Amino acid sequence: MAAEVELKAGIPSGRKVITGNYAVSYGAALARAQVIAAYPITPQTQIVELLADFCAEGLLQAKFIKVESEHSAMAACIGASAVGARAFTATSAQGLALMHEMLHWAAGARLPVVLANVNRAMGPPWSIWTDQNDSLSQRDTGWIQYYCESNQEALDTVIQAYKVAERVSLPAMLVLDAFFLSHTSEPVEIPEQGLVDRYLPPYRPKYKLDLADPRAFGGITMPSEYFELRYKIQKAMEEALAVAEEADLEFKRLFGRGYGLVEPYRLEGAELALVTSGTVTSTARLVIDRLRAEGEKVGLLKARLFRPFPTSLVREHLLGILKIAVIDRNISFGHGGIFAQEIKSALYNHGQPPLFGFIAGLGGRDITPELIEEIIEYALSHDRPEEEIIWMGVKR
Amino acid sequence: MTELTGLVEIRFHGRGGQGAVVASQILAAALFKEGKFVQAFPAFGVERRGAPVAAFIRVSDRPILLRCEIYHPDHLVVLDPTLIYAVDVTAGLKEGGWILINSDRSPGEFRLPAKFRVATVDANRIAVRHHLGDPANPIVNTAILGAFARITGLVRLESLLEAVREEVPLRKEENAAATKEAYEEARAGEH
Repeated sequence: MAAEVELKAGIPSGRKVITGNYAVSYGAALARAQVIAAYPITPQTQIVELLADFCAEGLLQAKFIKVESEHSAMAACIGASAVGARAFTATSAQGLALMHEMLHWAAGARLPVVLANVNRAMGPPWSIWTDQNDSLSQRDTGWIQYYCESNQEALDTVIQAYKVAERVSLPAMLVLDAFFLSHTSEPVEIPEQGLVDRYLPPYRPKYKLDLADPRAFGGITMPSEYFELRYKIQKAMEEALAVAEEADLEFKRLFGRGYGLVEPYRLEGAELALVTSGTVTSTARLVIDRLRAEGEKVGLLKARLFRPFPTSLVREHLLGILKIAVIDRNISFGHGGIFAQEIKSALYNHGQPPLFGFIAGLGGRDITPELIEEIIEYALSHDRPEEEIIWMGVKR
Repeated sequence: MTELTGLVEIRFHGRGGQGAVVASQILAAALFKEGKFVQAFPAFGVERRGAPVAAFIRVSDRPILLRCEIYHPDHLVVLDPTLIYAVDVTAGLKEGGWILINSDRSPGEFRLPAKFRVATVDANRIAVRHHLGDPANPIVNTAILGAFARITGLVRLESLLEAVREEVPLRKEENAAATKEAYEEARAGEH
């Protein structure tokens, strides 16, 4: 009987104390994800648990597909996206690694799937704690990547990610630190559904799998064509820079919050710029404030968008600064910190200032204000780094 | 040290299953209702029923930017008195900090350094009376929060009761009643 079916008003808005996991769930629900496919066992988080509740309660009109692995989760998202549905999944660490082949597939097929990755260290040895090696290992798959600093930013970035991904036909991943965001509750503004709908209209793909209009997707492609398809992915990535900037500005106009692709913090007149990503940025702001109050000329550049890499913005903010100190919660074994490499490469041929590459906080080791102060003091007291990699707090 | 004016940090000690993590979330929600900025998080790790667990909250009048673990809490809430001697509960606790213990004993019976303030409440008995958990495994988190409000004055009972009703999934009124009763029964004392 129809009268027994209660019509739900949708996702309730307002300010609430929620975890980073739930902030992502709210973001995906407000973005009106239509297909959510997830493997529900470790290293999964509560992100998909709340989405499953939303689906069960009728607050979200989406198909929730439980699958037997993360590889299948991404495969299901690819199928859903190929028929024109807005698809979402979430994972971590080994789960993301297991998706690797399918990540290439989503990008190569130009499907705007959105994925939330809770940054957890890769095993072995097993770890559930945060570092960035899982997501940065997927650097070259053709996915847009955002790194988030707060639960609010995580929620907002899900919505922005769909906007950008669908505009340039590339998949997008937002990344949040395990525990420091994923399991930490803090106040988050849950925007009104109507406002999100104005910002993010329904997905209208240029091409889709359609029985009425049959086409082939992803079949074998000869050397005479493949090269051009790769060129187009790069062009789409380049376009994504401008699209992401515009999407953030529009977001700010509607919701009153914006983040930029990078964010300079107290960089005016700075002689040393610290470069950070994820939650380290938040703690580092306090350290910069204190050191500024003591007269030290130090500032901060927050890296938010990692792919496409905002090379010209990085140059704009960092050229002219005497020294740069990069904190990497990751390592490319055999070379060094990955953000440090990216920043160096952006500045090459542009009068490179000395760059200090610090590795800290792997596998969830805490990055405290004191550790950040030590990093800044090292960079201030040395003309050049004494080593390619400066390891912070490692027991030798 | 970094400028942290007005920041208060609280650590909860309990055993897996007692509700320490939920207690931290309810307290955060109550403080948030009073216009405070809050951050609540569990000890970063895996939890097992019966094993010692910890949970934390930060509260401030300003947005909280600090995103690292808590090493020097201002106050402690201990959901299981046997933890007092099983783990180093007072590690890093600031001088003058409150240690609120779920116990039927008086504060003076605990051998704790004089630089801390000690309070007790018999949250087990209160929880059992309100049918929260069972006598062998009472769920004491909502009761002990009532005592916390009374002893520290950091949060108002009304906000706490509102948060309890919103945050606990079951037996909302029984939980609220336990919070109120513990508020009335909490004992602070010489030790």
